[in-house]
Amino acid sequence: MPLLPDGPAPVAPAADARPMIRIEQVSKRFSLRHTRALKEMVFAALQRKKLSDSFLALDGVDLTIRAGETVGLIGFNGSGKSTLLKTVSGVLFPDRGRVLLRGRVAGLIEVGAGFHPDLSGRENVYLNGAILGMTHEQIDERFREIVDFSEIEEFIDTDVKYYSSGMFLRLAFAVAVHTEPDIFLVDEILSVGDEPFQKKCLARIRELQAKGRTMVVVSHELEMLQKLCTRIVVLRKGTVIFDGDPVEAVATLRAS
Amino acid sequence: MSTAPAAPRRRPSAAEQGEGWHAPGQDAGWLNPLRERFLLRLLVKKELRVRYRGSALGMLWSYVKPAVQFIVFYLALGVFLQLNKGDSAYAVYLFSGIVAINLFGEVFGNATRSITGNAPLVSKIYLPSQLFPWASMLVALVHFLPQLVVLLVGALLYGWTPGGTELLAFGLGMGILIVFTMGLGMLTAALNAAFRDVENFVDLIVMVATWLSPVMYRVSMVQDAIGGTFWYWLYILNPLTIVVELFHTAFWRHLPSTVEAMEADPRFAASGVSDLWWVGVLIAVATFAAGTVVFERSKRRFAQEL
Repeated sequence: MPLLPDGPAPVAPAADARPMIRIEQVSKRFSLRHTRALKEMVFAALQRKKLSDSFLALDGVDLTIRAGETVGLIGFNGSGKSTLLKTVSGVLFPDRGRVLLRGRVAGLIEVGAGFHPDLSGRENVYLNGAILGMTHEQIDERFREIVDFSEIEEFIDTDVKYYSSGMFLRLAFAVAVHTEPDIFLVDEILSVGDEPFQKKCLARIRELQAKGRTMVVVSHELEMLQKLCTRIVVLRKGTVIFDGDPVEAVATLRAS
Repeated sequence: MSTAPAAPRRRPSAAEQGEGWHAPGQDAGWLNPLRERFLLRLLVKKELRVRYRGSALGMLWSYVKPAVQFIVFYLALGVFLQLNKGDSAYAVYLFSGIVAINLFGEVFGNATRSITGNAPLVSKIYLPSQLFPWASMLVALVHFLPQLVVLLVGALLYGWTPGGTELLAFGLGMGILIVFTMGLGMLTAALNAAFRDVENFVDLIVMVATWLSPVMYRVSMVQDAIGGTFWYWLYILNPLTIVVELFHTAFWRHLPSTVEAMEADPRFAASGVSDLWWVGVLIAVATFAAGTVVFERSKRRFAQEL
């Protein structure tokens, strides 16, 4: 896919650049409770069936991400990519180990997660901006820019429930990239939207890279990540199996 | 990261904090609502918008419901059961209690559902989860305001004159009510994330609350029935009983007609229970502290339990 035809390949920052994210020995176990109903719990206990299954989504993950790096997280479904990203964003808490951050984080974990269908585009921009940590003044200041970027000019005062999925996505992405975070977390959102808009998003990400922002990107689009990232981490069953050069990382994943 | 400590502390040490490190989701805890006022205001606005979407009457519903409730209670209890006999201001007595209990019910019910109701936000994006029960409480206060206006107009019609005692009693009543109910609400919001049974249980409590506090009848009647027993003390020390009695002190106890009735029967409007306001304050603060502790401990698990 010729999505990234131009622009120089991203330059990895110096090895002694300021660390921004420290992930230390992070483990996360999920337990899947089969039922919460008392009746079934009693029956399960009588039949000595297990009430819950648990699996280790992250198993002792250790990573340090430095300022200016764009790190891709790849792996097959269930490898723990999204769990790791959610742990960094503060939605999930590790069972063991810890995560430390520097500066402000904005996560675009799922497109439009903070959007409410019954509010207008304008109200959603304010709500989402505030959720992502912007102040009232900052949103006022950047409102124009956000609307321009999203290209939904005349629908900004329409309820979001009437938006097409593309419009919805554009507005959500526009808000997120305009929060100017120090650390930007992106989960599988670059695969949505039409090609011109994808290009625009990628251009914006390049801009943030040029400004020295730190980014963590989860995606299944390996070619795109390979061009975008300065470093790729491959996860399998909650452990890091490769960490380093993007091209080698993609090869590692394909070989595994 | 070759020598990471075996079990590092979750929060960065003071030295690390000095270098600018913080843990994700590390926030000001129960002080969040004060720090994040802008976000809190937007959440309240969102709640209000969503609540009345596609509704023709909109905010008017917050007048209609207590009005109907009032009329029904007044007819059934005031007229049919003749509780208004000897108390020409029974309407004020009844309505001031209804208003207090309705506020309790709405804060408690909304706060309980605040985490589960915002599941898409809680499980996808980090924001201080304490804001949700607080936003619910503020929404309830917005609905409370018009009811308070109606109550004031009614009281004025019966010759109410605001004085220091009245304002103090109202302020104390509101303070105890909000702090106590938020404490309960944070507790149930946290529990409701794990077991949805909690919200049904809360509805039950709210239903019972109207009858187990002196909203419709006078405290002296309870004393006549079960005075001196353990149950009477339990009834009196219920913070809601104290709050309702404080509301009565604020709006009804010093009305001319009540004072007149007091002359015939000194027990008619005895202020014994509202003098226990300090007990109410203590219970409210203790409940708030307990609710905050439970909420803070369980908020880490909200995202995975929803």
